[in-house]
Amino acid sequence: MKQSLFTICSNEFLTENVLKMKLSGDTSAITAPGQFINIKLKGCYLRRPISVYDCDNETVTIIYKVVGEGTKKMSSLSKGDTLDILTGLGNGYDTTVSGDKPLLIGGGVGVPPLYMLAKKLVAEGKSVAVILGFNTKSEVFCEEEFRNLGADVYVTTVDGSYGTKGFVTDAVNMPYTYFYTCGPEPMLKAVYKACNTDGQFSFEERMGCGFGACMGCSCKTVTGYKRICKEGPVLRKEEILWEK
Amino acid sequence: MGKMNVNLCGIELDNPVIPASGTFGFGYEFAELYDINCLGTFSFKGTTKESRFGNPTPRIAECSGGMINSVGLQNPGVEKVIDTELVKLSKCFSKKVMANVSGFSLDEYAYTSSKLDACDQVGWIEVNISCPNVHGGGMSFGTSPSAAAEVTKTVKAVTTKPVIIKLSPNVTDIAQIAKACEDAGADGISLINTLLGMRIDLKTKRPVIHNKMGGFSGPAILPVALRMVYQVYEAVKIPVVGMGGISSARDVIEMMLAGATAVEVGAANLVNPYACKQIIEDLPECMAEYGISGLSEIIGGAH
Repeated sequence: MKQSLFTICSNEFLTENVLKMKLSGDTSAITAPGQFINIKLKGCYLRRPISVYDCDNETVTIIYKVVGEGTKKMSSLSKGDTLDILTGLGNGYDTTVSGDKPLLIGGGVGVPPLYMLAKKLVAEGKSVAVILGFNTKSEVFCEEEFRNLGADVYVTTVDGSYGTKGFVTDAVNMPYTYFYTCGPEPMLKAVYKACNTDGQFSFEERMGCGFGACMGCSCKTVTGYKRICKEGPVLRKEEILWEK
Repeated sequence: MGKMNVNLCGIELDNPVIPASGTFGFGYEFAELYDINCLGTFSFKGTTKESRFGNPTPRIAECSGGMINSVGLQNPGVEKVIDTELVKLSKCFSKKVMANVSGFSLDEYAYTSSKLDACDQVGWIEVNISCPNVHGGGMSFGTSPSAAAEVTKTVKAVTTKPVIIKLSPNVTDIAQIAKACEDAGADGISLINTLLGMRIDLKTKRPVIHNKMGGFSGPAILPVALRMVYQVYEAVKIPVVGMGGISSARDVIEMMLAGATAVEVGAANLVNPYACKQIIEDLPECMAEYGISGLSEIIGGAH
């Protein structure tokens, strides 16, 4: 983990309420796809944890949805503004176990962390398939970005206005060796049932600190209590206990 | 440079800044960021006899000037704390640490305290009789003078280390409870634990926190904490550890003027992991600004 100041390079709307923000600063603590950063905003007491969409040596990019006070503030920031950010939080996805045909399944704002993962898997010479699920056509984002990586991309919309009609699980009909997923909990549960290989799930929880100090985001797993922010957000299929 | 050292119940602290229990884990997460030996000491995660998962999530809600938590004393149990956590801590912290103990019965308080009494690393035992997040224990001991006195006597009987009783602000007369603890043999009083609070989600129209209520902490509660420390200082002769919303060197000085011998810093650590280090580094300049040559001289200075 590292605390440092980042400068906003761009902050643009991708859909009506989803934005992409690129920031420049010290990204050395970000070591795996699926990790997150924790952003301090003026006027908000707690930081806002947002998963990393992409990063290189000098920049980190996030994609976030305006859902409350904090993300609304973020949406009004512009180029040149600076933010105090904790980077390199969480465990991230492990690509070493993917086999040669990994399947990535993302729903809504669960899609962004899969981008850096897809990039890494492609770089490792794997044949990557991606299913992106949204409610409706106007909410679709990042389809082209995944295609440009060389991944096979399938889009589903619940209302059928774009791609395959239905849920992400309705598109799981290709051969795959392993799966990675991120999205709302009902979707994660459906993926858990629909996918028969091993896989990794990224979870979301209300956090206090984001770095393991407050125990605000704990969950029970087969292998004991885990902090979503520290031993997560990525859990392996075999350790998940569905409680709620 | 002004002198920052204070004496807390017979143990000298290089400075009065102590990360509060529940906001600093067992120290080693923070030791990855900075040398935590710069701290006066710290109070480790509330420990109980048995391992506890704590409350269901969501456990956290944000407020103006603070946050609500409803963690519910998650900890691995005293045996594991001693065998695993304190061993890890010994590799990054060479000072005496403050053990924070909680329980659901007098026997549990006695059991956990006697186990921790045997640890050389432990300097003080801070007895939490004020956790607002667990039913049938914690705070119920801290809301009546006689129950608070019983816990104090119970813990004093099993340890020779200084016993600091951590009080709840969710009471009518905190000074009366502090006095009862002093009369029962307490070596110090720490206050305040969190204020019982609530947030409601406008979208779901339900409380944000799964357990509905939780403990409110953060800068917004500083005035309440100052007032209660001021009242307790007048009621007892034993040292008072002040906490509640402290996030700057100025806040430390203000709390000491109210009567605190040392201060604990809680929520600030969660927002800024370097908070305590920065407060300690800022203290000399802040002392100079207000003509303070030694912090131990200003304790209770506002009375």
